[in-house]
Order: sequence, then structure tokens, then C-alpha cells
Amino acid sequence: MNRIVSEDYDPDFIEELDSSEITGAFSGCLACRTCTSGCPVHRANNEYDPLRIMRMLTFGLKDELIGGDMIWLCSDCYTCQENCPMGIKVTDIINHLKNMATSAKHTPIGVSTQEKLLKDQGKIYIIDDFDNKKRTKAGLPPLPEINEEAKKLLEKR
Amino acid sequence: MKYSLFLGCTIPARSRNYELSARAVASQLGMEFIDIDEFSCCGFPLEATDEMGAILLAARNLALAEEKNLEICSLCSACTSMLTKTAYRLNRDRELRDKVNHELSKLGRAYKGTVRVRHFARILIEDIGLEKIKNSVSRDLKGLKVATHYGCHYLKPSYIYEGFDDPQDPKTLEEILEAVGAVNIQYRRKKDCCGGPVLLSDESVALDVAGEKLKYVKEAGADIMNLVCPFCDLMFDSNQKGIEAKFGLELNIPVLYLPQIIGLAMGLDRKELGLNLNSVNTKDLTARLEV
Repeated sequence: MNRIVSEDYDPDFIEELDSSEITGAFSGCLACRTCTSGCPVHRANNEYDPLRIMRMLTFGLKDELIGGDMIWLCSDCYTCQENCPMGIKVTDIINHLKNMATSAKHTPIGVSTQEKLLKDQGKIYIIDDFDNKKRTKAGLPPLPEINEEAKKLLEKR
Repeated sequence: MKYSLFLGCTIPARSRNYELSARAVASQLGMEFIDIDEFSCCGFPLEATDEMGAILLAARNLALAEEKNLEICSLCSACTSMLTKTAYRLNRDRELRDKVNHELSKLGRAYKGTVRVRHFARILIEDIGLEKIKNSVSRDLKGLKVATHYGCHYLKPSYIYEGFDDPQDPKTLEEILEAVGAVNIQYRRKKDCCGGPVLLSDESVALDVAGEKLKYVKEAGADIMNLVCPFCDLMFDSNQKGIEAKFGLELNIPVLYLPQIIGLAMGLDRKELGLNLNSVNTKDLTARLEV
């Protein structure tokens, strides 16, 4: 694990996230490590560490956070957020960071492939004739193959 | 009691056993499901990369249910959280709602804020009630030991869920199991995640997270595992063989969706509950219950 380099400090990044309506403030973080101690992903791979993410945020290390792989290991389970004694929306913040990383074109290939599928089809899985035959045979109503209106809603996004 | 049934993407494509059993159980309990063909993906898979796109998809789905004056009953926990969270935000943030409605207006639709979204299991507790569920039982589950996996989005983030269950000490799913005559088994790490959402970025970590739980379920001596989300099912049922190989374990734990267990207690048969579609074989289980 590398040491935190304070020359990379980006105050605008702190201000943008700390004042975000979506994520709420993070600057009350006590660094108590409650987030990391309950994290199931941390137990599987200690390279992933929500407290480290929170500290990197506090130090304004934008490029390192959104250019790195760590945020993408978050399983979105909300354990850290539910446990945080300061009520910091840790999971919502990490999700917001993933969005920022995507804007900067740092997205794992599996995630961006799924995003493209969804924007092309309006759903993740196409329901083809074969699926609909199986559905009808099981007494389930048939479904449209893709969703044109949802596709239209996501056009140009 | 009428609800629009929100299936999402994964259930109709890969979890027909969940859909079949939920429809069968609902019908036994007097719930009527209305299918809305125009429903799309809930938006959840876009939340990490294009949050506004995710909100738009969710808002459109909410608007479709509102047009029919129906509540949404969702089977998938991720869909439930995406739709609930979006309604929560749009009901509190006027600016966001105006922005969303501007986009929806191009499709001739609008989000008004009248729709309610709840997970199928929550509706069973709140609208049907444990007493009625108990009275629907006609088959003895013979002390079937069940380890329940609540998963994450059925309960969390709790700020969107009106306190219907406690994410630190959840009970609702086990109350339903108790009502149908199953025995609830406690196991280590019961509240933890299935690992599913990490699958797209790091498969090995995802399997480690799921494997740890399966190991503890086995150690606790459970006969089966119970869950309410198709992503969790993918990790524990579909990937169980892979986890056995990775960890060098023999698990062989049947993983059932909640309505498959309720349906067994109601006297429904294997076909009605889609039990042949489960990855880990369920024939020994049903033979034991004389199904």
C-alpha cells in the first residue's frame, strides 16, 4: 500500500463532494474504521478499504481515487453506511465516485459492457422467441424482446 | 389486493423459478398481479456509471405504474431499492423531479409521486399478514432447517425503507418461515453481502465473499438456504459448483427462493414452484417432504 502524497491535494474535489446533495457531507469522518471493520469485501481482499477511500477523499486525492481500481471493488452492500457512527453516506459517496470515474473514462470493461447492453436494449437480457416459448410453456406471460421506449430515453447519454 | 408485478431483467431471463413460485404463492394468498409489458430495466445496473440515466429509467417505470393507479410489487431486491430510492429522491428534490419530468415528457409520461414500491416479502408481511400465511399451510415441512440470506438491498439503505425491518437485526423473512413451519438456523456472517455486484469488476473477490457465507451455512447444519433476490441466487445457487471447486469444499446446499419454500408448505408441487430450475439439485429435499 502506498503512502498518501499530500501534493496531489485537490480542494475543489473536496468541496464538490462535501457539499453534494446526493451524498451529503463526509468531512465529519472520525477515521474510526467502523466502515472497514464491517466490510465483507475487505475480508476477502484487504486491498479494498473504505476507510482508505474516506481518508483519500479528506486529502482531496481525486486522480488517485477515480483513476484507481479500488472504488470498483465496493459491492454496494451498504454495511459501512449503515454502521457509520457519523451517519456519513459512505456507500452513496463511493457510488458517486464511480460515476466520476466513468466520466473520466476509468470504468472496468465488464461494467462498461453491461452499460452499453442496457443502453442498446433498455434491459440487460433480451427475451427472445426461445425464452418466450419456455415462458409460455410454463404458463408465464410472454415479454417484449427489448424495450424501445427505455432505449430512446437513454439515447445520447 | 392488486399490484403491478415488477420483474426487472434477470428474473424473466434466468430466474423463472422465482417468478413461477411467487405468482403461485400470490394467487393462493389472494394477491392479483398485473403485468405491465412496458416496464424496462429498473435502472440499478446503471447507477454506478450513469446515475442520472438510472434515475430516468426508474422514474419511467414508476410513472407507468402510476398511470394504472397501481402499487409496485418487486421480486428483485436491487430493483426494489432502485425504484424506492428514486421515488424517495424525486419526492424530496423538486429540481431533480422537474429535470426528470422534462425528459419523461418527451415520451408523453410524467412522475407524479403517487406510487408506492415494496418488495414481495414485505407485502406478504404488511398486507397479507403472518396469520393468513400460517393458515395457508397444508404440508408439514418436517423440521426443515433453513438459513436465511437477507441480502443487502432488501433492507438497505435503510433511509429509504420506512423502518419496515431492522438492517442490524432483520427478522421479517424468518417470521414468514416460522409461520410456514420451517426451523430458522443462525449462522456466522448472516447479514453479509452475496458479493454479486463485484462480479463484473473482480470475479475472484465476488466468489470469495459468497464462498465464506456458504461455508458458514454448511457449518451451521442448514438443510437449505432461503433468499429473495436473483443476484444473490446467482452467487449461491448458480455459482455454488464453482465455489466448491475454488475452495475445495463439498457444499451441496439447495438454495430456494422464499416463495418456493412457502409454496412447498402450501402443498404446491415441484412444477408449480419451478424446483427443476434450481441449479443445486432439490430432489432429495422434496423426496424427504414427500412432494
